[in-house]
Amino acid sequence: MDDLKEEIRIGVYVCHCGTNIAGIIDVKEVSRTAAGLPGVVISRDYKYMCSYPGQAIIQEDIKEYKLTRLIVAACSPLMHEETFRNAAAKGGLNPFSFQMVNIREHGAWVNDDKEAVTMKANDLIRAAVYRIVCHKPFQRTRVDIQPSVLVVGGGIAGIQAALTIANAGKKVFLVEREPTIGGHMAKFDKTFPTLDCAACILTPKMTSVKAHPNITLWAYSEVRKVEGFVGNYKVQVGRKPRYIHEDLCVGCLKCIDSCVYEKPQFPKEFDLGLSKRKPVYIPFPQAVPQIPVIDPETCNKIKFGKCKQLCMEACNERKAIDFDQKEKIEEIEVGAIIIATGFKIFDPKRLPCYGYGIYQNIYTSIEVERLLNASGPTGGKVVLQNGKKPETVGIIHCVGSRDVLNTNSWCSRVCCLYSLKLAHLLKEHTEAKIYNFYIDIRAPGKNMEEFYNRVSKEGIHFIRGRAASVTLDDSDENMSGVVIQAEDTLIGKTLKVPVDMVVLSVGMEPQPDAKEVGRMFSIPCAENSFFLEQHPKLAPVSTMTEGIFLAGCCQGPKDIPDTVAQAGAAASEALSLIDNGYKELEPYTAYIEEDECAGCKTCIPLCPYSAISLHEEKKKAIIQETLCRGCGVCVSACPSGSIKQKLFEDREIFCEINGVLERQ
Amino acid sequence: MNSKKWEPRIVAFFCNWCTYRAADLAGISRMKYAPNVRIIRVMCTGRIDPQFILNAFSKGADGVLIGGCHPGDCHYVEGNYKALRRFRLLSRMLKDMGIEEGRLRLEWISASEGEKVQWAVNNMLEKVRGMGPLDLPDHFKEWDKEMEMVKPELSEKVVRNG
Repeated sequence: MDDLKEEIRIGVYVCHCGTNIAGIIDVKEVSRTAAGLPGVVISRDYKYMCSYPGQAIIQEDIKEYKLTRLIVAACSPLMHEETFRNAAAKGGLNPFSFQMVNIREHGAWVNDDKEAVTMKANDLIRAAVYRIVCHKPFQRTRVDIQPSVLVVGGGIAGIQAALTIANAGKKVFLVEREPTIGGHMAKFDKTFPTLDCAACILTPKMTSVKAHPNITLWAYSEVRKVEGFVGNYKVQVGRKPRYIHEDLCVGCLKCIDSCVYEKPQFPKEFDLGLSKRKPVYIPFPQAVPQIPVIDPETCNKIKFGKCKQLCMEACNERKAIDFDQKEKIEEIEVGAIIIATGFKIFDPKRLPCYGYGIYQNIYTSIEVERLLNASGPTGGKVVLQNGKKPETVGIIHCVGSRDVLNTNSWCSRVCCLYSLKLAHLLKEHTEAKIYNFYIDIRAPGKNMEEFYNRVSKEGIHFIRGRAASVTLDDSDENMSGVVIQAEDTLIGKTLKVPVDMVVLSVGMEPQPDAKEVGRMFSIPCAENSFFLEQHPKLAPVSTMTEGIFLAGCCQGPKDIPDTVAQAGAAASEALSLIDNGYKELEPYTAYIEEDECAGCKTCIPLCPYSAISLHEEKKKAIIQETLCRGCGVCVSACPSGSIKQKLFEDREIFCEINGVLERQ
Repeated sequence: MNSKKWEPRIVAFFCNWCTYRAADLAGISRMKYAPNVRIIRVMCTGRIDPQFILNAFSKGADGVLIGGCHPGDCHYVEGNYKALRRFRLLSRMLKDMGIEEGRLRLEWISASEGEKVQWAVNNMLEKVRGMGPLDLPDHFKEWDKEMEMVKPELSEKVVRNG
């Protein structure tokens, strides 16, 4: 107990914060009261303690009065705790010989009664004086950081993040669940508001990912397990069997041509089932990697064990095809992780009133993207089921968005603008009459409102009102048309608009497995299941778990420009973490007083980070400090009181309680 | 203190990530609430040892308020669930000890709910004011006096039994 010998000399500083504090709290009185507390050798008040002269006063006093402890009563510790810890360190004290008292946010700003709030400030300072006597000096623990990054998800967000990091000279592992990278963007025809072709701007980036010496691309793979902590994540990636060896295949695609199925006859996932593929296929012509995949559900050899295996013959001496391929687990160590797992498109079958899957010629917006695309199922021709061009098209906005009662409360942000884009493209392709049924047109952002103005001048009709239903058109003799019913809220009339084709502007939803993915990476989901950022304004790409960052729509709906910007931000956060080489841990970690520990194991299952284990020989608990995040759950559960949390030791908190309650 | 009108005293334990931040937000938004509360910061409600609460009552608190992240939102995954379990157990014990139910209270308050801090403090204060002073320190003194009075008798018995 060497701290008993130590002389306690406390300096108390009361900040005016201009008039923020001094306008309500009698700072002179508070400072005088503090001077009378045990151990306090100097007490001052000053206009701005956080200013340079304010900090200089502290540093001079530390020398002159030989202070060993420091208390600043000012704003919230979340604001300036680090400032004053640094000031203490510059003055020669241990940074943790400091305690901050919040008399602004929790005092002056929430109370009008001058006398009562001055008393509150006195109580809080007394508590700090009592508590700080127990403070022990310590150093923050440093951990080394692996100079590599894992990017999960190979859509535009993951691609952008991976390229940024790789270009900085760091190693990147890019893991994508689908057989190709590119994500949703690869399926789009054009992109708003510039109308440049999605493939033209995306595929060069996809190719650079494959070609980049610093990027290891694992498509058709999933993260299976994540362990470790900031700077040192150990990750297991499962590489699903393609039944084709990536390192032997040259992408000649002869296996596809030679397959016993002469014609494609299974629904092609990339075209959302609008076209067909063979059991061996590549998702789309510019897929990266340019390697086919064999679908075990439809391949005769894998499913039934019987096939002429013409593909094997075509592959010849390359021997790239392997029907016995199994999932292979790769183990990697990375310093940081970027989650870019994207979104799920809303399934309009959940709203049967719109007739999707019931009537003909009702498409989702993403299906129309494929229909418009030159490499899509119709080669870029928009035609009805009967082969004719549509003469009237209705576009229904906000399907699965802004619908608190039935589906999702949020605005998916992109639907207004892609609906305008589709209206323009459909008009261009078919010269049809186009009706937009909208609640509001939301077109914020650079050049977006201008795009809206442009499209609205192209003779496209806008009806302000959420469409109520889509029903069969009885008056149509072919029974192929449908009627959209909606209230035009601008004229207060119910309209029935017969159309040949309906486009449902479906919104974005979190991936169905977002919760499990969140649990695997220890990142929480917000109420709506999109991943939660650490701070919506000041830490928008960080998560509550250090070293794990977010990019793209897994954090919330956004368009391509915002996604790319956010991916760049996540990449630079990851870089600034790994480039430093080391990381200082939170100071509040728990440790065990070995002599007191009875080895009862109460604490072990309580730790959410598995940081506690039992030393087999000593029969005592040990805490791996690098895994401890400092919640203190084990500390309050330990029956013998042998676990201590730095800066939140039992006696420190007891002193604080006694301090605030002591009667004056 | 005795000459003045009695004012309830509430000790609050707020977690660093949600409720402490909510209390900061209440300040930044200048939401006024009763000055009777003294907020003590802990990193997680899971750190709150039931002894802290007993200590607060025994040192003169009329009420103890615990504020933590909403279920599912805990910064440390599940510390708030552990706090909830301890809270439930302790509440039952306090009731058995004759301490009214509303004197210990648990509220889930997220970092964006400054208004809820204002409401929770004011609402709790009103309820505790209705219950009157708990005043355990004075009771302890009285009980000590009673113990002194029965001491001779007690020690006689102890000797006889021993």
